[in-house]
Amino acid sequence: MPDAAVPPAGDALLEVRDLTVSFRTRRGLVTAVDGLSFSLGRRDVLGIVGESGSGKSVSMMSLLKLIRDPNARIEGEARFEGRDLIAMRDKEIRALRGREIAMIFQDPMTAMTPVYTVGWQIAEQIRTHESVGRRAAHERAIQLLDEVGIPDPGRRVNDYPHEFSGGMRQRAVIAMALANNPSLLIADEPTTALDVTTQAQILALMRRLRVDHGSSIILITHDMGVVFDIADNVLVMYAGRAAEQGPKHDVFHRPRHPYTWGLLSSVPRPRAERVSRLPTIPGSPPSPLSIAPGCPFAPRCRLRHDKCDERPELAGGIVHVDACWLPRDRRQELRRSLIEKAVSEGDPGDLSEPTDSLSGSDSAR
Amino acid sequence: MRSPSRSESAPGDVLLRADNLSKHFPARSGSLVGGREVLRAVDGVTLEVRSGETLGVVGESGCGKSTLGRCLVRLTDITSGTVSFQGRDITRLSRRQLRPVRRDLQLVFQDPYASLNPRRRVGDILSEPLQIHQYGDRAAISRRVNELLEVVGLNASHTDRFPHEFSGGQRQRVGIARALAMNPKVIVADEPVSALDVSIQAQVLNLFADLQDEFALTYVFIAHDLGVVRHVSTRIAVMYLGEVMETAAADPLYSRPAHPYTEALLSASPDLEDEGVAPREPILLTGDVPNPVNKPSGCPFRTRCPYAQDICAAEHPTLREVAPGRHVACHFALLTPDGNVAPHALSARPTTPDIPSPEARTRQ
Repeated sequence: MPDAAVPPAGDALLEVRDLTVSFRTRRGLVTAVDGLSFSLGRRDVLGIVGESGSGKSVSMMSLLKLIRDPNARIEGEARFEGRDLIAMRDKEIRALRGREIAMIFQDPMTAMTPVYTVGWQIAEQIRTHESVGRRAAHERAIQLLDEVGIPDPGRRVNDYPHEFSGGMRQRAVIAMALANNPSLLIADEPTTALDVTTQAQILALMRRLRVDHGSSIILITHDMGVVFDIADNVLVMYAGRAAEQGPKHDVFHRPRHPYTWGLLSSVPRPRAERVSRLPTIPGSPPSPLSIAPGCPFAPRCRLRHDKCDERPELAGGIVHVDACWLPRDRRQELRRSLIEKAVSEGDPGDLSEPTDSLSGSDSAR
Repeated sequence: MRSPSRSESAPGDVLLRADNLSKHFPARSGSLVGGREVLRAVDGVTLEVRSGETLGVVGESGCGKSTLGRCLVRLTDITSGTVSFQGRDITRLSRRQLRPVRRDLQLVFQDPYASLNPRRRVGDILSEPLQIHQYGDRAAISRRVNELLEVVGLNASHTDRFPHEFSGGQRQRVGIARALAMNPKVIVADEPVSALDVSIQAQVLNLFADLQDEFALTYVFIAHDLGVVRHVSTRIAVMYLGEVMETAAADPLYSRPAHPYTEALLSASPDLEDEGVAPREPILLTGDVPNPVNKPSGCPFRTRCPYAQDICAAEHPTLREVAPGRHVACHFALLTPDGNVAPHALSARPTTPDIPSPEARTRQ
């Protein structure tokens, strides 16, 4: 087991400060990512969780300058081994992408071109960043396919992507990402399109990757089980902001933000006691065009009160922080009562009905 | 008027029954000159759905669970075997003959974006089945549409909206309302929550539970997510390569899987662990699911099974009762007749702690 604690800032591989990504649109300025900060230590796995539209993918793509929209504006700082990715010119980041930072996406089919063999594509990736011969690169491709568990790699290296199954394709994409021994791998929902048994194989592969290659991993997912399986630290995103972040066990076993509570209790679990009703989060995730000015979660929060009109900052500890106005010493008690209420009241689900048990009588509405 | 909750209700009569049901599709073989081959999407499935229960059908992509669902409501022709509903054989009924049966057998689809006509208003979408089945005059139909919207947590003001004006969760509610229109007895739901965000998924799952209580519905719930299936199901059928590997009541299936495939599937599905529980070492299967065009001889799972022996290639295991209420298609079922874990199952997985049952968790 790796040390779960966040390493001191100086030791971080990636240090992101106040990352903000906004888009000018016809309907106004849309802030997709709003002041995101985190640090990633060497060999660490950071899990970023959140629902669709929470900004988890956009934030990672903006780090690698993969957002080509001229209306996009990226601000903040992202120090990768001391160099600021945001300030880098296209040429510099191009040399970094694929070589030191690799990214894999949800759908392995779109990551490869169907007209070349898998081996050709991996070899090209190697030759783009290193001066090696065609033959040597081909040999490396076979070796990499072997490493990610493709059976009979000497033969399969000459297959086209469509001849691979979904799990094999995702492995080949990982092989491609590993080709240049990146120090950081960003994986965006890498197992979502895969079956459970294949997912287990890919997760085992990613775990090994950290040991064998010493890579750090940022894993973006909506699946709490997957994050629990593989991450050291967790960042929970809501409406473009960090709702809560910290070491995995702290966030999952002593969650502090009502959104994290909701996420954790609304997922039916395969290996826990069965509940008759799932405690739900009312309403649905906001569109980036209509995010509440104060706490973005307030419109869906059952513990909303006056203070929530003001934007909460991340606070509450050194490694485990959350952005919420509730009194910190009463959180666990509040969480329990909330779950009980959610189960017994049987809410219709779509309408928010905040309770007024908080901070005296001055509750909202 | 409320019926007892799902877990307590006594098993009712058999409502829907599949007997040795198969659905094969013609498939093109690899070579251009080769002959015709057959994709066995559903291959000899026998199962029962009892009144008031939720039968969960779980399996990985390509295992035939969706095709099975479509066969059960006769949305597709059946290659061989029979489907009967309330004791009546509906396998070969014509479209016209099926129409009255359709009132009772409804389907909810996975993708609420694809299963609702984007050019029609929600009111029209919901009144169509009512018109087809001659529910009543316009006023009656409009009353019923409003009622349906309310039942699924929407309201009458939504009738004039188009599907794109709804969120994913609301759209799935419309799909559910449409299935409910004619007061069906059975709803076959094919991955109804897998396209939804987690917070919305929980809302829709609760809606399914409420509707079941309110209208005494019987569900066939098809899904790949093991947590979701366990949550909704009374009984569960596990499928692999078009065949049923195991059927059992939900809780015993999860605490003591009897088929090696069920065991591997459960072990592979990630879950949050409670504090103080030792991390599990999942059973990793090697390779991928074989192609349903070229199924392995004997047991379909034998190519990936950690317990496979020679007999598994030679003889096709039939679904048999290994312990009370536990039906398994395996030569080496992991349960003894008294319901305990079989010795070969324990010795074959030295690194894998038994999946803790709920009692074991609370003790730790």
